[in-house]
Amino acid sequence: MTALTDDTLPMTPRAMRDEMIVFVVMALLLASVPFTGVYPFFVMQALCFALLACAFNLLIGYGGLLSFGHAMFLGTAGYCSAHALKVWALPPELGILVGVAAAFVLSIITGYISIRRQGIYFSMITLALSQLLYFIYLQAPFTHGEDGIQGIPQGRMFGLFDLSKPTVLYYVVLVGFLAGFLLIYRIINSPFGEVLKSIRENEPRAISLGYRTDQYKFLAFILSGTLAGFAGSLKVFVAQNASLTDVHWTMSGEVVLMTLVGGLGTIFGPVVGAFVIIAMQQYLAGFGQWVTVIQGSIFVICVLTFRRGVIGEIAHYFRRSL
Amino acid sequence: MQALYAQLLVGLINGSFYALLSLGLAVIFGMLNIINFAHGALYMMGAFVAYFLLSLGGINYWWALLLAPIIVGIFGMILERTMLQWLTGLDHLYGLLLTFGIALIVQGVFQNYFGSSGLPYAIPDQLKGGMNLGFMFLPIYRGWVVIFSLVVCLATWFLIEKTRLGAYLRAATENPTLVRAFGINVPRMITLTYGLGVGLAALAGVLSAPINQVRPLMGADLIIVVFAVVVIGGMGSIMGSIITGFALGVIEGLTKYFYPEASNTVVFVLMVLVLLVKPTGLTGRAA
Repeated sequence: MTALTDDTLPMTPRAMRDEMIVFVVMALLLASVPFTGVYPFFVMQALCFALLACAFNLLIGYGGLLSFGHAMFLGTAGYCSAHALKVWALPPELGILVGVAAAFVLSIITGYISIRRQGIYFSMITLALSQLLYFIYLQAPFTHGEDGIQGIPQGRMFGLFDLSKPTVLYYVVLVGFLAGFLLIYRIINSPFGEVLKSIRENEPRAISLGYRTDQYKFLAFILSGTLAGFAGSLKVFVAQNASLTDVHWTMSGEVVLMTLVGGLGTIFGPVVGAFVIIAMQQYLAGFGQWVTVIQGSIFVICVLTFRRGVIGEIAHYFRRSL
Repeated sequence: MQALYAQLLVGLINGSFYALLSLGLAVIFGMLNIINFAHGALYMMGAFVAYFLLSLGGINYWWALLLAPIIVGIFGMILERTMLQWLTGLDHLYGLLLTFGIALIVQGVFQNYFGSSGLPYAIPDQLKGGMNLGFMFLPIYRGWVVIFSLVVCLATWFLIEKTRLGAYLRAATENPTLVRAFGINVPRMITLTYGLGVGLAALAGVLSAPINQVRPLMGADLIIVVFAVVVIGGMGSIMGSIITGFALGVIEGLTKYFYPEASNTVVFVLMVLVLLVKPTGLTGRAA
């Protein structure tokens, strides 16, 4: 089996330093957005999807597991956070906690089931599980079916930050995104992450070296699902609603597309991919279903000619891991 | 009781579609090592081709039954020649991603021109009406769909398991290099296999056109259920795919009668149960 990424460069202090420089530049650029006149709503939305794509990438890029159902974590956390904020009137921080906890529980259950099969079967199982949840949410009373949960109060984070102010909300989302991103970065470069990469490269060998690969994959699935849930909870504050589109398979497909465009198995790729795809949707919104056609074409072009993705190509050119 | 039999019949019809589609998926997976995500979109194309043949060319249902699978099959073979063949040797996942992209393109194009509503397709005159079986009223068209699908499934099984061509096919699945050394054109066989699998999907599309209407998204949700069917049955055996397809259709039909709220989800729940008890699927070997 050919591996998904062909450049496996050793993690030298220099590479680590380069990555930190890129990270700091990215953080500074994002922090300066409110002063540039760029529409903050767009950037906030992209940040939520970027975090989702990074969480998805943890599974595919470092564990070699293609989940086609990551929308279920986004949607579940979104619904639970929205319900907690609106019906239980919890403060924002607890609302996020409820959503993340729900995604955590869901990822334990779905991970336990789907991790039993590998390769494309894993993809089909995750897709089927997310479709199962889609139908449950379609019928469950608390999600309000087709209408979704709307008009969610934004409240004050920790009693201090008024989230109804766009700039305050922007920085809260940014801090959430950066925290999630750093956590994923830490996971990838931990001993656990190294074992995960070895499973991606050659699972039978990892088993023969004494690793219980199923447990590693299970833990990676839980981490990925929970972080995807965190992205879903943050998104509730940005969009102020939680609806069925967030659980639909098209959403799972979009996450895959973002990561593919940016570069599977790269650290910054999913972020770039999320901004590209969200920007594309924004600008092409008037073209109706042609957006779907364009997305499909990007899939085809990426798979046929551009498998490393934007960041993957750049990293390959400079012989760096990014 | 009438309602129970009616739901059983609906279940058998859905089961026919599951069987035809999962059969095609299994055949394609055997030769190309690709899970064809575009299968649902090509099923939809089959129905649309039948619709165009009738509305533009005045070509009736019976010819559509023959022509639509051929036309869509040729379209599939072009896809295989121009795109899928370049994925040989890459990770399986790229095949899934590429065919997912193709599905988005095909469905998006049709949605642009036909929206999301359904176009009617009339039942052919010869199959109109119904007959009274004593215990239930059987619409003839529905009975025809079940029997014809069963015949096509068994014919495909016969082709692959019992004929010389099928033997080449199975041999090429096991070891393509060796089969090529015997002078058999394996790349052409791969193309034809993809055409065959896609043709089966298109045939299912034509059969479903008079029952379910012709809609751009008719295959999108169906393919996910078929994936669950494939996970339950495993793709190792042709007969396994056929039996699992029909069986799950019937179970779904029974669920519609006894507990309608779960009829959308029952196949997925069964998939979970099978995975918990026997992770390799009912007929499957270890992946």
